[in-house]
Amino acid sequence: MERNEIFNKVVELAVDKLSAEKAEIKEETNFIEDLNADSLDVVDFVMALEGEFDMEIPEDDVEKIKTVKDAVDYIVNK
Amino acid sequence: MRRVVVTGVGAVTPVGNSAEETWESLLAGKSGIAAITHFDTEKFSTKLAGEVKNFDSEDKGLSKKDAKRLDRFEIFAITAALEAVADAKLELSESEKERAGVSVGVGFGGIRSFEDNTDLLLTKGPRRVSPFMVTQMIPNMGPAYISMHLGFKGPQSCPVAACASGTYGVIDAFRYIREGVTDVMIAGGAEAAVTPMGVAGFMNMRALSKRNDEPEKASRPFDKDRDGFIPAEGAGMLVLEELEHAQKRGAKIYAEVVGYGATSDAHHITQPAPRGEGGRRAMEMALRVSGITPEDVDYINAHGTSTPFNDRFETMAIQDLFGDHAKNLKVNSTKSMVGHMLGAAGGVEALVVALSIYHQKVHQTANFEEGEEEFHLDYVAGGAQSHPIKYALSNSLGFGGVNGVVVMKKFED
Repeated sequence: MERNEIFNKVVELAVDKLSAEKAEIKEETNFIEDLNADSLDVVDFVMALEGEFDMEIPEDDVEKIKTVKDAVDYIVNK
Repeated sequence: MRRVVVTGVGAVTPVGNSAEETWESLLAGKSGIAAITHFDTEKFSTKLAGEVKNFDSEDKGLSKKDAKRLDRFEIFAITAALEAVADAKLELSESEKERAGVSVGVGFGGIRSFEDNTDLLLTKGPRRVSPFMVTQMIPNMGPAYISMHLGFKGPQSCPVAACASGTYGVIDAFRYIREGVTDVMIAGGAEAAVTPMGVAGFMNMRALSKRNDEPEKASRPFDKDRDGFIPAEGAGMLVLEELEHAQKRGAKIYAEVVGYGATSDAHHITQPAPRGEGGRRAMEMALRVSGITPEDVDYINAHGTSTPFNDRFETMAIQDLFGDHAKNLKVNSTKSMVGHMLGAAGGVEALVVALSIYHQKVHQTANFEEGEEEFHLDYVAGGAQSHPIKYALSNSLGFGGVNGVVVMKKFED
């Protein structure tokens, strides 16, 4: 999958799970600081990533996924 | 003795998405019972419920994100509480909020969220269970979310007392204010158990009506042709306030709460004790705590579920306790129009009693045509009536033999 395609999917899931506006989501958008997510929202969002990209993200790795870019990079490198 | 008054009401019910709309519907005799839309009822012998209709949580001030994280019972609880506070025109300072609490009863909790996540657990495994499942399921999140939305920092209570939960919510709230712990309480009940598991469970207990071809006639409390209750959902909330606190800010006072009764049948898991003995003792205790006699009571909002057992035994309990005065009472069942809102019922019925006292009017028991031979009460058939009410009772009698009664009085300074 192209990086751009992954980015678009991640944005889509952030809109759905974090009730964010699509226009406000950039590569550097931080889920907690910019989208007012709490730790449970992040878990919910990461679970959606796992479902969408058919992968398991270990708990230790979840902590490293703070921005949209982190999420996209993580998926690209898997 | 500190006095407790009702200064605000809020509701989400099958006949209205506010307390005012609900009250107007009840006076008009409008039924909220219809075919279930929440799930496919093909294999269910009962296909009817009192569902909340045309409800938009964003219109009611909740964000899209709130709506996603919440179970339906929590959404009802929050919106009814916000309405009650707005109705009371209540604006508390930060220090006053430390003396304001929440006491909201819930029977099931977020059973739909639990069902949906059970499905995920079994089909996709534990890693797919939502991180919000627990906070959607546990009943006390109803009052918890209310405290968060209003910033109330006093006690948070969630009595789980089956079909009497809402009434126990009001009882606990009354006691907190009377004992001087708080000056303001949100009191009531919330429920959203019109779900496959909720309906299947009651259905197999043989507790539900099967009058599927006549939805509006299915809930017929005290009528000889009743055949079970109709499950329903929603929330009913009151603002209870210490009298001086209410008067100092010029609040509108609907009614005064003057006492309560609370008893156990200690008899059977679902059947009431013979002749409704536990309910009779709860009403007796309520009169004693309120310092009044049976002759002082003008109106009883009955538990009146439309099941053969409940309505027979509740009638006997009222007739046994009130004796000759029983014939002077108006006795109605709100469930005849909204169905049985389970844990929310006591909250809604308490606000119906407060409004009945305020307006000096009682709504009808819809579909009551003819009682059984030994039924001698005035069930308010045929339409709403004006009725002078000084004292009124709200009865709730739950599975497990848990009985609760709230006593309200027309407010006099």
